Parts: sequence; structure tokens; C-alpha cells
Amino acid sequence: MKALDLYSLTLHEIRDKIRSGEICSKEVLDSVYNRIENLDDKIGAYLTLAKDKAYEAAESVDKRIAEGEKLGDLAGIPMAIKDNISTNGIRTTCASKMLENYVPPFDAHVCEKLKAAGAILIGKTNLDEFAMGSSTENSALKTTRNPWDLERVPGGSSGGSAAAVAADEAFFSLGSDTGGSIRQPASLCGVVGFKPTYGAVSRYGLVAYGSSFDQIGPFTKDVEDCAIVLNHLYGHDERDSTSLAVEHGDFTEALNKDIKGMKIGLPKEYFEEGIDPDVKKIVLDGVKILEGLGAHVEEISLPYSKYALPVYYIAASAEASSNLARFDGVRYGYRAKEYDSLEEMYINSRSEGFGDEVKLRIMLGTYTLSSGYYDAYYNKALKVRRLIKQEFEKAFEKYDIIISPTSPTTAFKIGERTDDQLAMYMSDICTVPVNIAGIPAISLPCGFSKGLPVGMQIMSKALGEASIIKAAHAFERNTDFSKKKPTL
Amino acid sequence: MNYETIIGLEIHAELSTKTKAFCSCKNEFGGEVNTNCCPVCMGYPGALPVLNKKVVEYAVKAGLALNCQISLYSKTDRKNYFYPDLPKAYQISQYDKPLCKNGRIKIELDGQEKNIGITRIHIEEDAGKLIHGTESEDYSLVDFNRGGVPLIEIVSEPDIRSPLEARLYLEKLKGILEYLEISDCKMQEGSLRCDANISIRPVGQKEFGVKTEIKNMNSMKALQRALEYEEERHKKILSEGGTIAHETRRWDESKGITVSMRTKEQAHDYRYFPEPDLVPIILEEAWIEDIRKALPELPDDKKKRFVEEYGIPDYDASVLTLTKELSSFFEACAKGHKNPKAISNWVMGEVLRIIKEKELDLKDLKIKPEALRKLVDLVDDGILSSTGAKQVFEEMFKTGKDPETLVDQLGLRQISDEGAIVELVKKVLSENEKSVEDYKKGKTNALGYLVGQCMKASKGKGNPQIINKILRDMLE
Repeated sequence: MKALDLYSLTLHEIRDKIRSGEICSKEVLDSVYNRIENLDDKIGAYLTLAKDKAYEAAESVDKRIAEGEKLGDLAGIPMAIKDNISTNGIRTTCASKMLENYVPPFDAHVCEKLKAAGAILIGKTNLDEFAMGSSTENSALKTTRNPWDLERVPGGSSGGSAAAVAADEAFFSLGSDTGGSIRQPASLCGVVGFKPTYGAVSRYGLVAYGSSFDQIGPFTKDVEDCAIVLNHLYGHDERDSTSLAVEHGDFTEALNKDIKGMKIGLPKEYFEEGIDPDVKKIVLDGVKILEGLGAHVEEISLPYSKYALPVYYIAASAEASSNLARFDGVRYGYRAKEYDSLEEMYINSRSEGFGDEVKLRIMLGTYTLSSGYYDAYYNKALKVRRLIKQEFEKAFEKYDIIISPTSPTTAFKIGERTDDQLAMYMSDICTVPVNIAGIPAISLPCGFSKGLPVGMQIMSKALGEASIIKAAHAFERNTDFSKKKPTL
Repeated sequence: MNYETIIGLEIHAELSTKTKAFCSCKNEFGGEVNTNCCPVCMGYPGALPVLNKKVVEYAVKAGLALNCQISLYSKTDRKNYFYPDLPKAYQISQYDKPLCKNGRIKIELDGQEKNIGITRIHIEEDAGKLIHGTESEDYSLVDFNRGGVPLIEIVSEPDIRSPLEARLYLEKLKGILEYLEISDCKMQEGSLRCDANISIRPVGQKEFGVKTEIKNMNSMKALQRALEYEEERHKKILSEGGTIAHETRRWDESKGITVSMRTKEQAHDYRYFPEPDLVPIILEEAWIEDIRKALPELPDDKKKRFVEEYGIPDYDASVLTLTKELSSFFEACAKGHKNPKAISNWVMGEVLRIIKEKELDLKDLKIKPEALRKLVDLVDDGILSSTGAKQVFEEMFKTGKDPETLVDQLGLRQISDEGAIVELVKKVLSENEKSVEDYKKGKTNALGYLVGQCMKASKGKGNPQIINKILRDMLE
């Protein structure tokens, strides 16, 4: 293999080459940056590259290896990070005009951890503004294209991170998932995307959208890589009060396991209306493969799931309306040029700094929290949220995992749904219940429809990540969908 | 018409924890601007709050001392509003599940005890401080040092019936918080702030009248004055057939009036909702009990003890226990002393007078407890007259010198030698035969005159008690 083609390898393959001394981190970095230079004009995954810092870090890793230091499995591995995760000294825009020039004075917890493990940040990736959207079209700064079809969206909101991995512009990347923002783009871009149990990964440094839903998770080229990265992301952080104080085992131990006797639930509501027949068939074919490996599959019903979308748009928007209030032009971020009073400074800065979707959700959230409406909307949403959560808990008393399509359709055309809010929101119909319940889920490539990737969503109970990895890896070992690459 | 006044107070006290409520920045008054702040208390994107356990502990202390129920389950909420001193554009506070509720404070008015109910105590964070440019400077600056400093808000029931009661309530509350050592309680510096709700109603009417809320009272006196002003304003409006506007008013200390700030129609909708970045506050009974056991002696208990242990009147004990500092000072003087009442008189009288006059803190007083005890001894032992003692006290205040030294330095030592006094009385009696006769005829006030003459003859140094005694003996 030529050094310049290294970009196409998986994380664990690169890791082994770096470990054996066959290649050095700098060569890997050269390969990836070369790939980005050749390709990213077309894909548009990156908003910011951090070349100088990346080479500095690679040199340091190479030096440490040369000195005989034994480094972890992420040492020297180039990664991309969604641009709503704070990176010290590197601008973090949230793909918004509001934060176009904002440079955080601190690293997010996950950045600290990954850097400490030797991973090398190559750049920050595009997203729907403030992570609000399902196509990355809401970015105020850039259009990101699906590597499988440049006329199509990569999904969202973590579209840049998904596209970067799909196009071999990074070995892994981080996204954030509030209603499906990791899994849906992973599905549309044909990569592995994982949304952890709520509280398993510290949110410190993640620019908040819906605080009680937001979780950071990885995009990887396969399930083994996913397990490796999860090992580094998980863990208690005292700076995030919602961070769980539990010991997480080594997720790679769930690899290469037999799934005989595993109990799988198939919720019928996730295969009904709105699901593309092709997608449905492909996912069910995937389930058959698992069945063939010895898993027991039963149809189940999760009737409350149909309320997940309204619950999500009420509760997440309410939190967002408060979370995004700090962007007032006073301390950082965009401030309007013209104003005659404090109030006008607020109004003009926020009117000019935020895009339409963000404004829409702020207004929606402000409305549902308003006195007189709180009980009818927000409070009711919280009650239904509890019901949905309980419904999942009950289902997981009987089943190890629950499987559904990740996205009701494959990647749609750029511009196709921008005028149809509801159609856009429906993109998340299968993923949102997971965030409502705070449980973990993966999206795993499970086939192709008209040349576009289809993703299978595997859910488990809270902190049941190992079951997901086990099933996903069994599926991956017996298929080759994860190995397929777009022609670019 | 006779009106009844209804007052409720909302008090904010800054807690004197080492660090802020939700980050590890120092909680310090008066630091250089924007030095005690970080991404959390400046509301940077992605920064998250973590509740300081000490804040809960301090608030529970206050709750226990104010006879509240402590909630085993409470939570934090966001109070949303835009203002440049509030970096997140929401304040972390508590809405429907406060940490403490249903408490009370006992106040005393004209010898009568009265309970004022406390609705709730909740924890919240303070905002930063705006520093406005002069009129020609078209800007304001923000200092975030105070941002995120922990506060407790203590809300009273509308049980207060007069501006004086309001003041007594606040004084009592301040005393308790100081005893607990959880707040500096300095109204001038803003570590204790008080807002008042006031309304009036015709005596006998059950429904409350329309209330106004008054802000910006920076001292006990200001609170009472503002309420007195507002009470009169309400009465005047109602007696002229007008109606009270439901509004927030600001006390203007220099003009001695309240002025309208905003009407309730302009009030914010704070859109409270549970703070998703923090977990509920769940307390264990045992932890609360540990705090209860470790509570210091509080004013009411201390007062009771002072009456029993030192035999001083109720009134004295109330005054002496109002602040922790004063009670400690008294106790340091009175402990083991044979005349605690005399000590009490000195502390309540001269000590409090001089502190007030010179605007001093008790801890800055040069007169130490040991010296005051000695001063009382000097009087009790007849070495110093009570007028002389006041002179000595003034000198002690100025120089901090030992009273015994001062007695001689000032030449105030009394003549208590009986032989010398007998000679002196003899002389006076021989020079005032008429008065002697008057006395013998039953004019008892002649005795006072003769004592005065003896004092004069002794150049004021004769011990009046001994003179009195010898005079009587010799006249009989």
C-alpha cells in the first residue's frame, strides 16, 4: 500500500501499523490531509482545518513512540470533531453566523480525553446550525454533500462528521445526537454511528441544544472502531452533573461474540407508515441474518413511540430557547452593527445572527414555556416522556435489543425537503424515541437501496451498550456492507 | 377609616462559601474586576454548572435555624430573562420545590412575642454587576466577579403588620444568619438585600389590598422609612378615593420617597422550567440531623440562657443577643463576674453608644472585655465613682489603657477611708448648722444637700455611699 492511500484504512488497521512502527503518525496525517485537499471541495465536510496544531501533535506522538513509550490505541490517529464541541484555541462555530469567529478558551471533556489518548484533531466539521436539522442544510457556513451522491444530503445534524468518515477524510469523528443527529447521518452516509446512554459521555464543552437529550458519540468505519472509540469517550466527569458515575467495561470485549439465544424485539410501529418499503425490506433482511446466527426475533409493540416526535419538539425546543439565550452579543459572538438601545442590540444581534430553523425552535420553545401554556405543552411533554421511557424499560425486561430502521428513507436530494418542515422532521421518527428514553443505539450499514446506504438501528436498555456492540459486530462479521465505499 | 398594614419581606443573603455556587471560582467581595470568573460563571457555550454542596449545607442550616421543614427532594430551575449582568440569560434558582419551607421567626414588640411565618427558603445564584459609563460615555461594563455567588432567598408570610415589625424581623433574621456564620449580612455591600411587599386594608376586611413591591433599601433604617412612606402613600390614595397601582417601586434614600419602576403588566414572564444541567437535590435525614446537631446556639436560646445564667432582665438579654458579636462580648465580660447586671448596663449603654457614635465594629473596639470587667470592679469596690467611671471609659476607648492606671492618671481615685471621711463630714456639719436643724425637723432633702457639700469638700473624690452612711450615723 502506498503511504498516501493510508486514509482508506480503518482506525484499528492504522493503529496496528503505527504500533508496529510500519508507519508514523505524520505519514497518516499527510495521507488524510492530502485526501481532504483533493476531495473536500466536493464534499464540504470541514468548516475549519487545524493543520499546524495537528502536525505538532503528530510529531509529538511520533517522538514518544520513537522513544519507546507505549501509547494507547488512538495514538497518532487523525480525527474530526463536530463544530459544536468546544476546542481550545480552534474556532467552534456551531455552523452559525452567531459564533462564526468564536474561539473557545477551553476544550470539551471529550477533546481532552481523546487528545490525552494521542488522537489528533485534524479539523472541525459542518452541521446544521446549533445541531438543529436533519440534513446539514441549515448550516449558515457551508453545504455538505453525501459522498454516495453529491446531489444528496449527508443527513444531519452531524452531516459533516458522517461525510468525513464516509469519504475517508478522517478515521473517526465525533458528533452529537439530540434526536438522531449521529445515527441518521450515519445511516445516510453508510457508516457506523453510535449514540451513548444519556450521561455516559460528559457533555462538558458541547454547545447545548436540548440538554436533557444531547449526547456526544462517534462515527467510525466499522463496529470494532466504534468499540475502541467508545472506550475513550465513556467515563464520569465531575464537571457534568448529569454524567453517570458508573464503571464502563472494555467495549472491545463485546466483539467477536456469539449471539445465539439473544432476544430481539421488532417494534411494529417502526416498520409502518412513512417507512420506505425498500428500507423496510433491507432492515428486515438484516434481522434475518441475525436470526440465522441464532437470535430469537419477535414482533413487539411500542405504542407510545408515536408521541415521541411531538414530545421531542416541545421539550428540546424549550430547553433550546433557554440554552441559546446566552447568545446575546454581550460577551462573545455576533453583535449587530446598528442599535440604539440595549433591547435593540439584543433583538438585532439575535435576528441577524441566527438562521431561520434556530429562530423557529427558539420561538416554539419560548411559547411552550410561557405562563399559561406550560402545563398544556412542556409539562405534558414531560409526562409523556416518562411513559415512553417506561415503555422501553418494560420492553427491555424481555428483549436484549430492539431493532428498527434508522431513517425512514435513504438520503434525499439537497433542497428536496427544505420547504417541507414536517417531512424534514419525519426523518427522525425512528431515532427520536431513543433520546426521549435516554437509551443507547447504533446505526449500522445494512444494505443499499438504489445505490444509497441503508442503516439499521439497534437499541438496548440504558448502559446496555455491550449488547449493541455484540449484535452489531456479529452482523458486520457476516456481511460486507461496512466495507463498501462510495466512488469518489 | 382605620387601616391595617400588611407587609411581607423577601430577603436575599449572599452565602459566605469559599467558592461560587456552580463553579470553583473564589467567592470574594471587592476583588479586581473580572478576576474571579471562568467559562461556567461567564456562561460560555458548553460550560456546565455543578452545585457546590456547601451551598446546600448553608441553606439547610438557615432552614433549621428558622424552624423550616427541609425538603428531602428539591430541584433547581431556570429563571429566564435577558440582562447584561446575567451571562446565561437565565438564573439558576428554585421554583416549585424549594429546599426549605414553612418556617418562622419570633420577634418581640413592646414585650410581646410574635411569630412571623417563613414561606420558603431557596438557593439561587447572584448576577454580575454593571458599571455604567458617565453620561458622555456611551457604554456600560460588566464585572462578573459576583456572578454565580450563592444566595438564599428567604420569603416571609404576609404576617408583618407595621414598618417597625418589618425592621425587627429583618434584624432578628440578620442576627440568626450571622450566628450561623453563613453570610456576612452587610446591607451596605449588598450581601444582605431586602425587598418588601406592602398593602393596606380597612380594619376588619379579610381580603388583602393591592400591594406594591419596594426595592433598593440599603439599611435597616431605610427599610423602615421606606415602608412608613409607602404606608402613608397608600392611606392617602385610598382616603382620597383613589386606587393603588400594582407595581414595583424604588426607594430613593436621598429624597426619602418611593418612585415607580415598573407596573406588573410590564413584569417578566420568567418561563421557569427544571434546570436540565443539574440533578435533583436529594438529602438524607441523617445528614440533616448532623447539621442540626452542629448548629450553634441561636439568639432565642442564648437569650434564655443569659437570663438564667447571669440573672439579667429579659430586655437586656434581648438586646445583648441581637448580634453574635455583641453577645460574645458581653459573655466574655460577664463570665464569672459577680455583677453581670452592671456589665450588662455598661455594654448596652456606653459600649453600644460609642460604637454607634463612632460607627465602629465591636471587634475594632480598643476596650477589651478584661478591661471592662476591671472597670466595673473599680466601681463596685468604691475606688471609682460612676461619673468617674465614665471619664475612665472615654480614656479607655481612646487609648486602650488599663482602667486602674487611668484612675490614678486622671486623679479619680475615691476617698473611701472612713477616718478621713468622718473628719470631712464633721467639718461640713459644723459649717451647715441650718441644714442639720432642717434635717432633724424632718426635711429629708436636707440630707442630699449635705451629701453634696461633702462631695464638694472632697473635690468630688469622696465615696458617696460612705459619705452617705457616715452622715446618717452622725446626724442620728
